[in-house]
Amino acid sequence: MMFLGGPRREDPAQGREAAPRSAPAQAVEKLRAEGLKAWFGATLALKGISLGMKERRVTAIIGPSGCGKSTFLRCLNRMHEVAAGARAEGRVLLDGVDIYGRGVDPVQVRRRVGMVFQKPNPFPTMSIRDNVLAGAKLNGVRLREEDALFEKALRRAALWEEVKDVLARSGASLSGGQQQRLCSARALALDPEVLLMDEPCSALDPIATARVEELIHELAERLTIVIVTHNMQQAARVSHYTAFLYLGELVEYDETDVLFTKPQNPRTEEYITGRFG
Amino acid sequence: MDRYRRRSAIDRLAKAACVAAVLLALVPLASLLAYVAAKGVSGLSLSFFTGLPKPVGEPDGGMVNAVTGTLVLVGLACLFGVPPGVMAGIYLAEFGDNRFGKAVRFSADVLSGVPSIVVGIFVYTLLVLWMRGFSALAGGVALGIIMLPTVTRTTEELVRMVPDSLREAALALGVPRWKAIVRVVLRTAAPGILTGLMLAVARVAGETAPLLFTAFNNRFWSIDLSQPMASMPVQIFTYAVSPYEEWHRQAWAAALVLVAMVLALNAGARLLLHRRAPR
Ligand SMILES: Nc1ncnc2c1ncn2[C@@H]1O[C@H](COP(=O)(O)OP(=O)(O)OP(=O)(O)O)[C@@H](O)[C@H]1O
Ligand SMILES: [Mg+2]
Repeated sequence: MMFLGGPRREDPAQGREAAPRSAPAQAVEKLRAEGLKAWFGATLALKGISLGMKERRVTAIIGPSGCGKSTFLRCLNRMHEVAAGARAEGRVLLDGVDIYGRGVDPVQVRRRVGMVFQKPNPFPTMSIRDNVLAGAKLNGVRLREEDALFEKALRRAALWEEVKDVLARSGASLSGGQQQRLCSARALALDPEVLLMDEPCSALDPIATARVEELIHELAERLTIVIVTHNMQQAARVSHYTAFLYLGELVEYDETDVLFTKPQNPRTEEYITGRFG
Repeated sequence: MDRYRRRSAIDRLAKAACVAAVLLALVPLASLLAYVAAKGVSGLSLSFFTGLPKPVGEPDGGMVNAVTGTLVLVGLACLFGVPPGVMAGIYLAEFGDNRFGKAVRFSADVLSGVPSIVVGIFVYTLLVLWMRGFSALAGGVALGIIMLPTVTRTTEELVRMVPDSLREAALALGVPRWKAIVRVVLRTAAPGILTGLMLAVARVAGETAPLLFTAFNNRFWSIDLSQPMASMPVQIFTYAVSPYEEWHRQAWAAALVLVAMVLALNAGARLLLHRRAPR
C-alpha cells in the first residue's frame, strides 16, 4: 500500500511509547510554516504565521470563526492556491523541504499531505466503495487487496458498520455526518504522511465523534496530524499541541496542557474560557 | 388561523396556475406529436424502410437511403461538432476567465445566431466548390458547424455548475488538474452535457436548408461520403412540395420516423447514463 513516495517512518512501534497526552519535547518537526502569508485577492487572510508541527503528534488549531484556520490548513498542502485569486507567500517545510520552493510539484505534495475538508465533499458519481478508493483509482494506481484496504479505511473512520451492506450506493446518498467520515476514509486510504483535518467532527454525534477521536489517537502513532476544531474539549482531548489563531495571526502556541491551563496571552484565555469568539 | 387559511388559498391558487400553464405548454407538443403520428402511420410499411424512392405510380417506394443518410449525416455532424465543442466548453469553464475566453464565448454566441442557411452557403463556397460537387462530407461539416456553438455553451454551463468542492476533493487526493477535470468534473457534468448534446442532435437532424447546398439529395442508395446523400428532411421537403398524394403520405411517414429517431436517441442516451450511475 505504500505506493506514494516520500520518506517513511520505519518503526511504527516507536510511536506507541510516546503515547498521547504527555508529549516529549524532542519530537522532530514534520511540517513547519515560516512567515506564511495568504491572500484572497487583495485581502490578507494570514498575516505571517510561523508554526512547527511535530512528527507523530496532533496539533490543534483553534480560534474564532474567520480567523484563518482553514486557510492555514489549506496552505499546508498547497490547496490554498487552487481558489481563484488566492495566493500564498512564505515557506512551508515538509521534512525540511520548502513545498513552495521552485520545482516542487503540488500534486506530489498533496499525495503526502492528505486533507479532510470542512464541508464533506464525496464524489456523487462514485459508489461508496469507489469514493474510498478514489485516491488510487483516479491516479491510476493498481491496488492489490482492494477489499481489505477499503474495509480498513472505512473501519478506521468508524463508518464500516453503517455502510457495509450498501457499498454500491452513491457517496452522496449518505447523511452529512456519514459523508464526513467517508471523506476521512478517502484521505486515509491514500496512507498520507500528514493528515490535515478541518473540523472532521462538526456534523457527528457524540458516539461517532468519540470514534473519530479514537482514530486520531491511533493515527498519531504513525502520522502527523493537524486538526482544526471549534470544540475546546476536543482540542484538549486529542491534541498534544495547540495553536490559537486570531485575525490571521498566531497568538499563542504551546503544549495543549499548558495552553489550556496557563495561557500566556489574555486573548487566548478569553477565548478558551468562552468569553469571546 | 385566518392567515393560515388565506395563505393556503393563495398557495392552491398559485399551484393551479402553474398546472394550467404546464398543460397549456403541453398542448402544442401533444397535438404535434398526435398529428404527425396520425398522418404518418398510414405511410409506414416495410417497403418504407427497405425501398428506394420510386417514380409516382410504381409500388413499394421507400426511403431507406434517406433514413441511413440522416444517420450518416448526423454522425458526421457529431464527429465534427462534438469533440471541439465539448473541449471548447471545458476550456471556457475551467480556464476561460480571460480575454481570449471572452472572445471565444462571444464568437460562439454570434455563431449560434447565424441562420443555418448561411452556414450552408459558407460550406458550399468552402467545400462544395472546392470538391467540385455536393457531398455527404460537406453536409456533415455544415451540420457540425451548426452544432458547435450550442455544444460549446451548454458544456461550459454544465461544467461551471459542478461545485468547486469536488474539484478540490480530487486535487487534494494528489490528482493532477487535467485528470480531475476528466474523471471528476466531466463525469459529474456528463448527464447534463449529454442532454445538451441530444438537443443539439435533435435540432440538427431536422435541418433542411444547409443540406440543400451541401449534401443535396440522392435518389439512389449511397453511403459514399464524397457523393451527394439523401436525408429525411430534404426528402420530406421534396415530397411535400410535390403534387402527388402518395409522396405526401411518405413525407408524413418520414416526419414520424424522424421524430421517433430523435426520441429514441434521447431515451437511449439517458438509459445508458442512468445504468452507470450509482444511487
Ligand atoms: N474563497 C474566499 N474568498 C475570499 N475570502 C475568503 C475566502 N475564503 C475565506 N476567506 C476569508 O479569509 C478569512 C479566513 O477564512 P477561513 O476560512 O480560513 O476561516 P476559518 O478560521 O476557517 O473560519 P471557520 O471557523 O468559520 O471555518 C476570512 O476572513 C474569510 O472571509
Ligand atoms: Mg474553516
